[in-house]
Amino acid sequence: MERARIEAAVIEILAQQLLLQPEEIAPEAVIDDLGLDSLGKVEAIFALEERFDISIPFNANQPDQPDFDFSSVPRIVMGVERLIAQRAA
Amino acid sequence: MRRVVITGIGTVNALAPDAPGTFRALRDGRCGIAPLGFRDADRLTIRIGAEVRDWHAADRFAAGDLPLYDRVTQYALVAGAEAVAMAGLPGDLGSRGGVILGTAAGGIQTWEDSYRAVFADGRNRVSPLVVPRLMHNAPASHLSIRHGLTGPVLAVASACASANHAMGLALQQIRAGAAEVMLTGGAEAMLCFGGVKAWEGLRVLAPDACRPFSLGRKGMVIGDGAGVLVFEAEDHARARGARVLAEVAGFGMTADAGDIVTPSAEGAARAMQVALADAGMAPDEVGYINAHGTGTLANDRAEAAAIRAVFGGTVPPVSSTKAMHGHAIGATGALEAIACVLALTEGVLPPTIGFLEPDPDCALDVVPMVARQARVAAALSNAFAFGGLNAVLAFRRG
Repeated sequence: MERARIEAAVIEILAQQLLLQPEEIAPEAVIDDLGLDSLGKVEAIFALEERFDISIPFNANQPDQPDFDFSSVPRIVMGVERLIAQRAA
Repeated sequence: MRRVVITGIGTVNALAPDAPGTFRALRDGRCGIAPLGFRDADRLTIRIGAEVRDWHAADRFAAGDLPLYDRVTQYALVAGAEAVAMAGLPGDLGSRGGVILGTAAGGIQTWEDSYRAVFADGRNRVSPLVVPRLMHNAPASHLSIRHGLTGPVLAVASACASANHAMGLALQQIRAGAAEVMLTGGAEAMLCFGGVKAWEGLRVLAPDACRPFSLGRKGMVIGDGAGVLVFEAEDHARARGARVLAEVAGFGMTADAGDIVTPSAEGAARAMQVALADAGMAPDEVGYINAHGTGTLANDRAEAAAIRAVFGGTVPPVSSTKAMHGHAIGATGALEAIACVLALTEGVLPPTIGFLEPDPDCALDVVPMVARQARVAAALSNAFAFGGLNAVLAFRRG
């Protein structure tokens, strides 16, 4: 799946959680700057899993997020890309 | 005001199916967490828990009674029988006795089995006993039936604080003169596919171990079991020559009225302060705190800050026994009250096992890895639930 489509989906899902319009979220946006709280984060992860039929290894207790980097839109897109590729393989 | 004492304890949990075995395990720092063994556990991301092992219900209950007992009720009945026997309670308490038990999920296994039957297996009917099996008050009601207690009987549901709220209310019933004896504590049997699947979604469960207050902690590990304590008016207990294990000295409950899941250090601190005030207890009397200590980043950090706020420069040893018996949700406060009884009666501070290295955000003496001998005059037991509900009990030596 091409990166642009994944990016659009990530932004759309984040926008839903943040009660924003997708165009209000920059493609380089940093998650903590957006003000997404902990429940918003796990809901967004759930939505990404459902959308792309992937399983995201994210643990809220690991701030450095060694298994899935949720710190910014580009990092999330990269992570989702990787998991989609793993699923296909 | 009438003093209230503990005259009996009983438990079933991942460490042991009784109180003496649990005492030994807490003293030895043994871990009850292991790979999950129930149906469909292989479909879960999180595959560890503190399950009750080798549980053969058919050996413990009459065949005619079992259809009425979800595992949550089975655990409560076995723990209750042990507590009543230890206390040597008379059989004729009637309306002078009651039961208040906490549970968060009630008969969740019964919900799961019944839904599986009608949705997955296409069956058109379920057992006619589903409702009395799964109701949250089933464990409390069966204890009242078994022991002939016809006074105040009810269930309390406040997630992870259920058992502490239950025990606090039981204390208040006796103080108010509504009962002489209360069986109280909590029971939980949430370790089934649906129970863990629900928790997984929150991303707060650890995949490997529970490491409260430690750097490198990855979250909580769910446990099952029950703890039942006999609370009794002190004059009633002394008059019949009962052995007093400890005094239930005070109770404090507060609500954060903030976030539905994120804990507040301020709400937790207030609950400890209310419990101390209710007990007429100075902070420096407290020789041990059994922490809520779930092993999540958020709880442990907030709880450490709350404890420091209440105790200032002289913070007593604090341990979380959840790394041993797991987070038994609505029963956990009862297991932890039993750990406090161990500290008060035998001078043993149960350790925080699974500890790797100190977290600067949780600067506490957590009795890491190995139990410690110490004379404890008083102990606090903390419970801070999702929903922002805080319940703290204060105990004194009997």
